[in-house]
Amino acid sequence: MIDWLAIFSNAAQEVISPTTAAYALAALGLAIHFGYTGLLNFGQAGFIALGAYGYAISILSFGFPVWAAVLVAVGASVIFALILGIPTLRLRADYLAIVTIAAAEILRLIFTTNTFDALTGSASGLQGYKDGFAALNPIPPGSYGFGPFTYNAFDWWIRIVGWTLVVIFAVITWLIMRSPWGRVIKGIREDEDAVRALGKNVYSYKMQSLILGGVYGTIAGMIFIMPRAVVPANYQTSLTFFVYAILLLGGAATILGPVIGSMIFWVLISFFSGFVARAVEAGWLPFMSQVQAGQLRFILVGVAIMLIVVFMPQGIFGNKKELAFVK
Amino acid sequence: MEPTQSVATRSPGRWLILLGILLSALTLSGIAASPAMAEDGSTGAAASEEEEFEYFFTGNVTFEDEPIEGVRITVEGGGFEAETETDADGRWRIGVPEKGEYEITLDEDTLPEGVVVAEGEATVTSEFGLTKLRAVNFFLGEGQRTTTDFSAQVLIRFINGLNFGLLLALAAIGLSLIFGTTGLSNFAHAEMVTFGALMVLTFGVDLALPIWLAIIIAIVLSAGLGWTLDAVIWKPLRRRGVALIPLMIVSIGLSLAIRYTYQFFYGGSTRQLPGATIPSDIHLGPITLSWIDVASMATSIVVLLAVAYFLLRTRLGKATRAVSDNASLAAASGIDVDRVIRIVWVTGAALAGLSGILWAYFRPGVSWDMGFQILLLIFAAVTLGGLGTAFGALVGSLVVGIFIEMSTLWLPSDMKYVGALIVLILVLLFRPQGILGRRERIG
Repeated sequence: MIDWLAIFSNAAQEVISPTTAAYALAALGLAIHFGYTGLLNFGQAGFIALGAYGYAISILSFGFPVWAAVLVAVGASVIFALILGIPTLRLRADYLAIVTIAAAEILRLIFTTNTFDALTGSASGLQGYKDGFAALNPIPPGSYGFGPFTYNAFDWWIRIVGWTLVVIFAVITWLIMRSPWGRVIKGIREDEDAVRALGKNVYSYKMQSLILGGVYGTIAGMIFIMPRAVVPANYQTSLTFFVYAILLLGGAATILGPVIGSMIFWVLISFFSGFVARAVEAGWLPFMSQVQAGQLRFILVGVAIMLIVVFMPQGIFGNKKELAFVK
Repeated sequence: MEPTQSVATRSPGRWLILLGILLSALTLSGIAASPAMAEDGSTGAAASEEEEFEYFFTGNVTFEDEPIEGVRITVEGGGFEAETETDADGRWRIGVPEKGEYEITLDEDTLPEGVVVAEGEATVTSEFGLTKLRAVNFFLGEGQRTTTDFSAQVLIRFINGLNFGLLLALAAIGLSLIFGTTGLSNFAHAEMVTFGALMVLTFGVDLALPIWLAIIIAIVLSAGLGWTLDAVIWKPLRRRGVALIPLMIVSIGLSLAIRYTYQFFYGGSTRQLPGATIPSDIHLGPITLSWIDVASMATSIVVLLAVAYFLLRTRLGKATRAVSDNASLAAASGIDVDRVIRIVWVTGAALAGLSGILWAYFRPGVSWDMGFQILLLIFAAVTLGGLGTAFGALVGSLVVGIFIEMSTLWLPSDMKYVGALIVLILVLLFRPQGILGRRERIG
């Protein structure tokens, strides 16, 4: 018999889970790149990985305090954005796509290789970096909450910090997109040459946008590693594609889209995975094994990306007049 | 059973006398490995640090009672790869994500002078028994490795790189033609590569047809896949007037969906095609090749020449290049652009399928994500040669293939793709149109 309560409560927990917050923030960064500026960044996984490794390595290998580790990670991602942007931002959009996807893979391979095992922990990754963050926790130890939302003090601390950051960055994004800077950025998406004709340095604006969205990804990476360990296998290109799926679902050129999109995405994924896994367990799907049930979600995400792009390119919150796609 | 095992753990001397070498505390049986390892204090402590994986391979590398430090062990299987080095006590352990069959390799180059794997191979295939811990043993002994001098190694790497570059070229030309005629950066090309190899696996191994027949069927089916993809997905989308960037994202979604569909049906393991592991018995100076390597290179060269002939000398090939140059102008001069695009998809998919079969022999092994592993290299090759130019793709592929193999002379082997991808970025910095590309294409 299927335990519906467990499926629903697991799915409900995803609404405020730190992973959802991390994906929301990463998608918000991608909204700046792709939705507002029209930059095809397929290396968001690289920015997220820099957040994860920048923070963990600073703390484990160099013994930095939390604030310094955050600065190191953000600094690394700014440098990464500069390295990506300098050769590609003058070229056509698909060059940036190929270079960013390659750069993210380079980072992952460097984090995976045995050569730097002492720093990166190679394939088995890193852990034991959470003490500094946990020490900042003002909540007294204990268990709080109701129903499925019952967590200990550390879990609440991650959730509060994660979602506070999401809200702060969403407001920042909203403000800068209303500013003159935001109007230039959107102008670049619509017609680069027109903006250039108005005397704006398009290259410089694109670079600023790439850096800003990348920093969002990096901060998302730091939230992402709080409930888990740092493992290089988590930062494959499929991570970028998941973030894209969230962004397209919510609406590429929107503020609410990435945030609500992330919640919807993870609740649906959790519900679907939970249901299929238990249906297999209960023998409803005799042709499928548990392992196969786990792979269904990737197939589903792939099909969803295709369908959304073709039939609902503006996403849930997007405006059809402000399509995010550059020609 | 368990107490006896743990006694064996603490008195390794007996094993050393018997075998001359102790590689694992638990040579007798993998089944009782778990409890015995737990009693071994230091290894037990290490286990609690690595929470990410449930299953572990473990072992000890010692030679004549002395632990050997810094021996590289790699584990590969189910699309997962990891490597580690033995610690000061000669111990190693590697966590793997799921229960399954893995290939464990001891890198003989990291052993001290005069020590080799004496019994059996330096690569063993191992599976988990009832426990989550599996001991893997290598039997070391005194012996001489056949070492090759540097210039011979350069030559060997060069030939290997040539082989790899040629098979990359088969896939890259298709990708480049598709890009040239439709403007699409097709991320699902990787899945077309995998498709060829999977079909040979299905027909040649599962249905036990003769291998030549299986390969022909696989290539025909690959061509069919190209036809189907164009007819079902890409042509309707072109008709809808979907812009290029959305098309590219559709191809990414398609790639994800197809790749995991492969995993759904074929599982995560790596399987071998018939003849993939035959010995290398053709000697040319310092180079040893198997006849598979020779056949692979010969096939690539013949097929590439045929494609070149098609593009340069036939009417259809000229039409293809015309569409690639300027589709509207080609249409205006009476070329049926849709038909040309359909032919490009069919040819491109067949070439990709063939490339996948050769890649399965080169790696060696067939797995669900094998195409995706070289997708970025194919893109690098195409970009390097000049997006949209068929011969640029060929040149770019050879450069990428040879560069990757040669770079392993200096780079650790798990970093070899990094070099190629960095070169891609550097090329874009200095010559964004690629080696054979024209300036105007990049704007």
